[in-house]
Amino acid sequence: MSSSSTTWDYAPAPESAPAEIAEAYGLFIDGEFIEALDGGSMDSIEPGTGQLLTRFAVAGQADVDAAVAAATRAQPAWAALPARERGKYLYRIARRLQERAREFAILETRDGGKPIKESRDVDIPEAAKHFFYYAGWADKLDYAFPGRRAQPVGVCAQIIPWNFPLLMAAWKLAPALACGNTVVLKPAETTPLTALRLAEVCQEVGLPQGVVNVLTGAGETGAALAAHPGVQKLAFTGSTEVGKKLAEGVAGSGKRLTLELGGKSPHIICEDASLDQAVEGIVQGIFFNQGHVCCAGSRLLVQESVQDEVVEKLAWRMQQIRVGDPLDKNTDLGAINSAGQLETIQRYLALGQEEGATLHESGQFGTLPEGGYYQRPCYFENVQPAHSIAREEIFGPVLSVMSFRTPEEAIQRANDTPYGLAAGIWTDKGSKMFELASRVRAGVVWCNTYNRFDASSPFGGYQQSGFGREGGRHGLKPYLKLTSWGAEG
Amino acid sequence: MLRRTVDRVAADARAASFRTRSIKKDAKLQGLRLVVSMTDLTTLEGKDSPGKVRGLCRKAVDPAPGIEGVPSVAAVCVYPNHVALAKQAVAGSGVQVASVATAFPSGQAPLDLRLEEVRRVVADGTDEVDMVISRGALLAGRTQQVAEEIRATKEACGSAHLKVILETGELETYDLVRRASDLAMEAGADFIKTSTGKVAPAATMGVTLVMLEAIRDHHRATGVRIGMKPAGGIKSAKEALHYLVMVKETLGDAWLSPSLFRFGASSLLNDVLIQLRRLDTGVYAAHYDVSKE
Repeated sequence: MSSSSTTWDYAPAPESAPAEIAEAYGLFIDGEFIEALDGGSMDSIEPGTGQLLTRFAVAGQADVDAAVAAATRAQPAWAALPARERGKYLYRIARRLQERAREFAILETRDGGKPIKESRDVDIPEAAKHFFYYAGWADKLDYAFPGRRAQPVGVCAQIIPWNFPLLMAAWKLAPALACGNTVVLKPAETTPLTALRLAEVCQEVGLPQGVVNVLTGAGETGAALAAHPGVQKLAFTGSTEVGKKLAEGVAGSGKRLTLELGGKSPHIICEDASLDQAVEGIVQGIFFNQGHVCCAGSRLLVQESVQDEVVEKLAWRMQQIRVGDPLDKNTDLGAINSAGQLETIQRYLALGQEEGATLHESGQFGTLPEGGYYQRPCYFENVQPAHSIAREEIFGPVLSVMSFRTPEEAIQRANDTPYGLAAGIWTDKGSKMFELASRVRAGVVWCNTYNRFDASSPFGGYQQSGFGREGGRHGLKPYLKLTSWGAEG
Repeated sequence: MLRRTVDRVAADARAASFRTRSIKKDAKLQGLRLVVSMTDLTTLEGKDSPGKVRGLCRKAVDPAPGIEGVPSVAAVCVYPNHVALAKQAVAGSGVQVASVATAFPSGQAPLDLRLEEVRRVVADGTDEVDMVISRGALLAGRTQQVAEEIRATKEACGSAHLKVILETGELETYDLVRRASDLAMEAGADFIKTSTGKVAPAATMGVTLVMLEAIRDHHRATGVRIGMKPAGGIKSAKEALHYLVMVKETLGDAWLSPSLFRFGASSLLNDVLIQLRRLDTGVYAAHYDVSKE
């Protein structure tokens, strides 16, 4: 019997299926892919390698006008379709996403840097689920809000972020289309690929021209779209900073607005929690998608009596996190989305230490492709509630560890934030769980789990985390004019 | 002892996550060889005969004549009646003999008879003793009794290694699996083992994870490394590799050794051998190309 132990490492397991990426992409307006009128374009960089992936068109004011005009033309007929027919289109989109899932997963990973494991198991299936879910609502809108008459709002401008490019497109498009609206969608400038491929799916399923339009570009494109007078509803997911500007812009215009913004969500671990599972929850909470998650559990609040044990277990667990090539099936933490975001994260790592917190970097680097944007998972100890790293959203794989002594103190510290998007609570005691969950001020509260999503469950925040809900029946509301029967909306 | 609870939903989700690891090429070859070296090749049937035990031992020593680099298995696991024969059959090979004892699989016999059984198999030369705990006593809350019985069995083992079978299929909850793991380790187990193979469900990844986490906490607290043996129900090479992933990422490479991790299995070995032959020759063997016994 051999008593010597072995070192056993996993061989590289790159996802090798082909997924075609063109040299350049146009805008999707009125059912056609076209060049930007002024010919503008931008580079899209692959974060895993730092290399040029493709080029895409930048929509200017004239393109925004054309897209909004197309959406405006298409809207009455789309709304007038029998609701069941609208539902059928959404079902078709959902099925095509499932059929082309592998291709979408590869595009998402190459364009955005997230591990293939996550785009394959989370992003793409969840996006399909969202279309399936809202397809079911399309012909039941009159029953969604009893006693109210439901009518579409009109043309919706939807601006989405780079952290879950396809999934956020699905979150935005599915309810809007189910309710009879038409859409101009603007994906983020670092991740335009899957939204454009989704536009191709819209063509494939024969979606009427102009119902969905996709404008790529940067901040100016988004601003022009948001400001367009032909838009009746603006939905934005992204940073609080940009969200505030958009809110100022639409003030007094009569446009409807929903904002899903940043967060600094507390993750509370009580001493009676199942600690090994809680540690797993912490890891899922902050390191999922490199921490590029608006509801990331970035503030760990652990009860002092188990703090050492939890931190020790967390440190061990973090050593198992494999940082590497996003296309490798065994990669847990892929590439940071952009050079700019890596810089932001590293600025916070320096700032946290300047302010007096202790930084621990962990994880293991696999074979890193040269030139990519990588950051090890890390946590800070000795964090004070007033530190920047305890208050500001970092949007990276960085956890701030703090403690509490009593449940009262846990609630007070959890709520001491300008945000209010999500919270996590780990305890094996049911009564304590309900007490904490009802007093933590957050749009989503997860108990003995974290980062669970479902199309049927509403999602959204308080305070600086925005307003409005997406998902579930609640997610229909922002896309409907609700009037009493007999009144004209 | 601090009483630890386990959240079943989250533990099962974590256990399932190990299945997403992709084990290819060299990692697969090395992993499969490791699986062979960690196998307790088992026959525990009423119809076991000297001939069958002899055949099992032959296969344990040289599982795959003709495929290069395949090690012997860790041990053969038999009923007490076959210990002396098995010991003779594997002599000089490095393969250990493990005997079930303590009125396996139910444990429903007076303690003095169970201990006598242990002393007899040790006298017959067994290297390892696989005991069962009194599940009835544990479910009734008589944890002290269970701990004392394990202590007494450990003493009867002398220098033989003791594996303590919890029979997790009868304990049902992860909380109780965790408590049984903790008390077995404190009472002197060298290994903790999921199942007899006679009760369904036998080993699952979820229950094994709970026990590995108990072993990790025991190591944190005492510095002592306890071994783990999932038994029953692990039939495919792919699944066995996922268990290795779970061990590696829960306890570390130190546990990737037959001295700290075993598979209790009978049919698993052949699937592993078919996979190893494919890596060797590039084609899959038919099931009839590998001897059943």
